[in-house]
Amino acid sequence: MNTPAIQITDVTRRFLTPDAKFHTAMRDFSLTVERGEFVCVVGPTGCGKSTTLNLVTGLIKPSAGQVQVMGQAVNGIDRRVGFVFQSDALFPWRSVLDNVCAGPIYRGTPKAEAVAKAREWIARVGLGKFENLYPHQLSGGMRKRVALAQTFINEPEILLLDEPFSALDVQTRTVMQDELLSLWSGTQASVVFVTHDLEEAVALGDKVVVLTASPATVKTIHKIDLPRPRVMSEIRYEPQFIEIARRIWEDLREEVQIGQRSAMADSH
Amino acid sequence: MENSQTSAVAPIAPDFSLDALERKAVQAQKRRSSVVIALRFVIFIFVVGAWELAARVGWIDPFFFGKPSGVAQQIYEWITEGTSQGPLWKQMLVTMEETVLGFFIGSVAGVICGIALGRNRFLADVFSVYIKIANSIPRVVLGSIFIISLGLGMASKVALAVVMVFFVVFANAFQGVREADRAMIANAQILGASQWQLTTTVVIPSAMSWILASLHVSFGFALVGAVVGEFLGSKQGIGLLISTAQGAFNANGVFAAMIILAVMALVAEYLITLVENHIVRWRPAQLQDHS
Repeated sequence: MNTPAIQITDVTRRFLTPDAKFHTAMRDFSLTVERGEFVCVVGPTGCGKSTTLNLVTGLIKPSAGQVQVMGQAVNGIDRRVGFVFQSDALFPWRSVLDNVCAGPIYRGTPKAEAVAKAREWIARVGLGKFENLYPHQLSGGMRKRVALAQTFINEPEILLLDEPFSALDVQTRTVMQDELLSLWSGTQASVVFVTHDLEEAVALGDKVVVLTASPATVKTIHKIDLPRPRVMSEIRYEPQFIEIARRIWEDLREEVQIGQRSAMADSH
Repeated sequence: MENSQTSAVAPIAPDFSLDALERKAVQAQKRRSSVVIALRFVIFIFVVGAWELAARVGWIDPFFFGKPSGVAQQIYEWITEGTSQGPLWKQMLVTMEETVLGFFIGSVAGVICGIALGRNRFLADVFSVYIKIANSIPRVVLGSIFIISLGLGMASKVALAVVMVFFVVFANAFQGVREADRAMIANAQILGASQWQLTTTVVIPSAMSWILASLHVSFGFALVGAVVGEFLGSKQGIGLLISTAQGAFNANGVFAAMIILAVMALVAEYLITLVENHIVRWRPAQLQDHS
């Protein structure tokens, strides 16, 4: 019963680029996420953070190594996995209600039951009055709330988030971080949260994983001992938070510089 | 325009309340749209008047180029006395029937094939070269083949209209499917959609704006297919009316038939727009520009 939620062992992932060369996105990558753990992954831009998540969903396969979810090798899309995207992945032709009940209906829940459940989740993310609006009628923050409801309604045991709040303004982002933590605290889900924002990672996670510049491997893992429940608008001013963030930044800065340098070299 | 506005407003103390500004913006908008409509009429009267005048004065030969009053006379005659092939409404009905049938068959086939091929990368790669070839052939020429094989009746015209419509709709449906947002597709898959659900609930709706755009163009193509088919050989229809008029050196008759076709196309266009607005009512409405 104590198998980790996610276990990535010595994974290498290569892509064939248009000029017929292999690009290695990850090399000898190993990471373990325990059950119920909130793990944040930070790393320089373009280092392969998103690839990590796609391996867990089963949307892409490793070129070498193993990915296990709940002790089983990943083979195709796992029903226990939920995913929140960076971009807007809502269906623009569906109302809020129809967007949120998409998951249960895809999975064969009767329509009436799905709608009732969707209403519950819409209310929980505070959009009760907006269930008949279309996504383009909502603000960026509201659309993210819909996306969270759409994912949480499937009651995922593993929740993957790919820079979900990076497109939001700072105030909205803080509110959404609180929203995410409060939704998550009502579940036993294990979380992998990918971000390039170190403060966000420290504020949310039990563990922060720093990746190296491309090809990605795990550089260091930091435990975050800040007590829960955490309040996003206040936590970033606590001395302990600042201390931890500074320590991790030392690690991350080096990789960011390497990443910048190789990106400049590539563009020449 | 601007001068008259400033001189009318300047002497009185200007009212800057939001209400007044709003009223002014609405007024300006109304004025603009009535100017647009007035100008449209002016242009119409100018062009038609110049044509009529040129024909009467003798700058152009009405025997070759017709004249507006002659065209109107011709349409009136066709309506009241019928054409040489029978009543006008019957000719219109025949052409419309061919067009609509060809339009429906062509667009349904185009949508189905476009989506099937767009969803399957391998098939798309195999067939893409043939699609390019078929697209580069001037398809109107096939009309002659259809007349030979299917005869002078309706079938040959419908077939030509189908061929004209199919490729346009097909290409658009195909493109629409390929352009479907990747994150959206991944989202649906992770939410639990099967391949079939993915196609029906994500891929087709997102290709819909492409498909609808092609339907506007392709109705015109269907009409061209039907009329050209009638032209090449038939017993009924507006196309035959044109070729008869041509044979009799009746320029007015050709223009009259052209106008009738234009009216039919405009009515169909209006109906398609109605259907389109109904289907894509989720799309953002456009804001009015206040300049």
